[in-house]
Amino acid sequence: MQPLTNRSKIVVKKEMSLYERIYLPAIFSGMMITMSHFFKKKPTIQYPEQTRPFSAVYRGQHVLKRDDNGAERCTACGLCAVACPAEAITMVAAERKRGEEKLYREEKYAAVYEINMLRCIFCGDCEDACPKEAIFLTDRKVDSEVKRNLFTYGKDILVEGVEKDKRVDVSKRQTPEVLEFKKHKEFEHNR
Amino acid sequence: MTLGYVIYKLILAVIVFTVTLLIAMYSTYAERKVAGFLQDRLGPNRAGWFGILQPVADAVKLFMKEEMIPSVSNKTLFIIAPGLSLLTACMTGVVIPWGTSLTIFGTSYSLQVTDLNIGILYLFGVVSIGVYGIMIGGWASNNKYSLLGAMRASSQMISYEVAMGISIIALIMTTGTLSVGQIAAQQHGWHWNILVQPLGCLIFIICAFAETNRAPFDLPECEQELVGGYHTEYSSMKMGFYLFAEYINMFVSSAVISTFYFGGYNMPFIGRFVHDGNLLAILGVVFLFAKIFFGIFFFMWVRWTIPRFRYDQLMNLGWKTLIPLSILNLVLTGAWMMRHEIISVFIK
Amino acid sequence: MITTYLFYFLSFLAIMFGLMVVLSKNPIHSVLYLVLCFFTIAGHYVLLNAQFLAVVHVIVYSGAIMVLFLFVIMLLNLNKETEPHKSIWLKASAAVAAGSLLLVMVASLKGASTIQSVNTFNPNIGLIENLGTTLFKDFLLPFEVSSILLLAAMVGAVMLGKKSIK
Repeated sequence: MQPLTNRSKIVVKKEMSLYERIYLPAIFSGMMITMSHFFKKKPTIQYPEQTRPFSAVYRGQHVLKRDDNGAERCTACGLCAVACPAEAITMVAAERKRGEEKLYREEKYAAVYEINMLRCIFCGDCEDACPKEAIFLTDRKVDSEVKRNLFTYGKDILVEGVEKDKRVDVSKRQTPEVLEFKKHKEFEHNR
Repeated sequence: MTLGYVIYKLILAVIVFTVTLLIAMYSTYAERKVAGFLQDRLGPNRAGWFGILQPVADAVKLFMKEEMIPSVSNKTLFIIAPGLSLLTACMTGVVIPWGTSLTIFGTSYSLQVTDLNIGILYLFGVVSIGVYGIMIGGWASNNKYSLLGAMRASSQMISYEVAMGISIIALIMTTGTLSVGQIAAQQHGWHWNILVQPLGCLIFIICAFAETNRAPFDLPECEQELVGGYHTEYSSMKMGFYLFAEYINMFVSSAVISTFYFGGYNMPFIGRFVHDGNLLAILGVVFLFAKIFFGIFFFMWVRWTIPRFRYDQLMNLGWKTLIPLSILNLVLTGAWMMRHEIISVFIK
Repeated sequence: MITTYLFYFLSFLAIMFGLMVVLSKNPIHSVLYLVLCFFTIAGHYVLLNAQFLAVVHVIVYSGAIMVLFLFVIMLLNLNKETEPHKSIWLKASAAVAAGSLLLVMVASLKGASTIQSVNTFNPNIGLIENLGTTLFKDFLLPFEVSSILLLAAMVGAVMLGKKSIK
């Protein structure tokens, strides 16, 4: 048979020589290997005290952004729910009433917006799909809970605060590649 | 036999017992730490400074665990067995000479609990009784895995006892005594027995690994085949007793190997620098413990390096390799000791 | 004085454990009681200043032979169903035989007080140096012959254990 690669080796079960049959040299060399590991630098990271540096585009818990005036950017178009491969996002749209212009940026808004964090796979497709730059994944970690239903995050958790200090900074995610993409007005996403 | 003598022996026995238990306790910590370091990890380091309180935490955990006694088991034997295992493990410490002797107010106090004139045989007897703790525990659990584990443990221990015994006989021939104290005393300076009996020492160390059921001979508790071996049904502190007995056995084996082959409390050239008798005795204890700690480390080092033997390989090694080798060692030792007589026969 | 008390204590234990060997229903218990019985006998040896014999007794009987006994019994898995039933006649004849044996023993022990030891007892005979000298000087031939006997038994066992002899 023609070998697929030239890396294959023919296994021969040959008789061991006396040197090999004593085993002690092999045992000794094995023990030297483990001993060399004894003195190696340990790669352990002492977790709560030390943390690994996060990547700028780390995909953690979501945030629903507000614009500069404090109005919610989300218009409940449903593109994120469609894009979501895990079907974790559900929403109910509502029409903006008179006098709510401060709260919602456009005429339509999401009255209910829920992400099931147990279903979410943190792929970031919702962020890509959003035409209003309303949803972003952040470098925050999803907290552990003791009940399943507590993992369904509603707007109370997802939407960022109005005040300046409660805003979630997502500027780290605006990498040069992202900014370059946003310059192209010919793409539907950027219109 | 005055009252003072009795009190001194009692204190010494209690100290030996306490130190044995303490070292066994910290061996569990050392095992995890050594395993961690050999595998590029750090080991336990949360409980206390560098995890120094980890054994205490483990003990508390074991005590708080639910105590399970299988309803189909033989209750009395089930409870006796771990205790028996621990008892036989602790009993060996009394004949080991921990040092020469301290002179306090003109009275000499030997640092050996009893210097039996048949100390080696006593050690051997206690080791051979150690099988019962495992066998009874395995049988009383009424579980096939436990029974098979116990069978493996006891047949392994019986098999390796033979080679161990024959290698000791060669040692007895060269030293000419059965007293452990005298064997230690004979090895002053550089007269360590390993230089006289290198093959015997190797065989003894291998057999000691098998007798303590440590890796690479830890088949009795082989998880892949036997769940947990003879302590499958054990829980809480009874399980802890078995594990503890293993560590005590390891400590005692290291002490015995150091005393028999590595000079015991002797250290070469120390007599040139230190002349005070008491200081020498204390330094002797320190040297012995340094050797013992290295022995324990060696046990752990081997455990985390060498994979487990298959059962037929174990038996082949015991019966077809170690026993013939130890007999060869015995014959060679005898021939060397009688060399003048043998040569004179040929010259005639 | 204390040795006398120890002797009575050990004898009591030895006889009690010996009886328990016979009387206990479970064969494993019987073996374990036998081990305890051997220990008390080793204690007797120590009282006789025969320490070597005591330790060797523990090593050989308790440590090796009884472990093999335990092995076999554990693997046989004896229980009530496999216990053979003996007829009433057999039991009666056994009782009569044992009773007459007891009678003979009592009758022979009746005159025992008149027996006196011929040679004086050397209290150090049980120590290992003396034992070795005696075995390898005075009783060299019987010692070697008995070891050849054991060798023959060992070779025989190996031959029996072999599957086929070519």
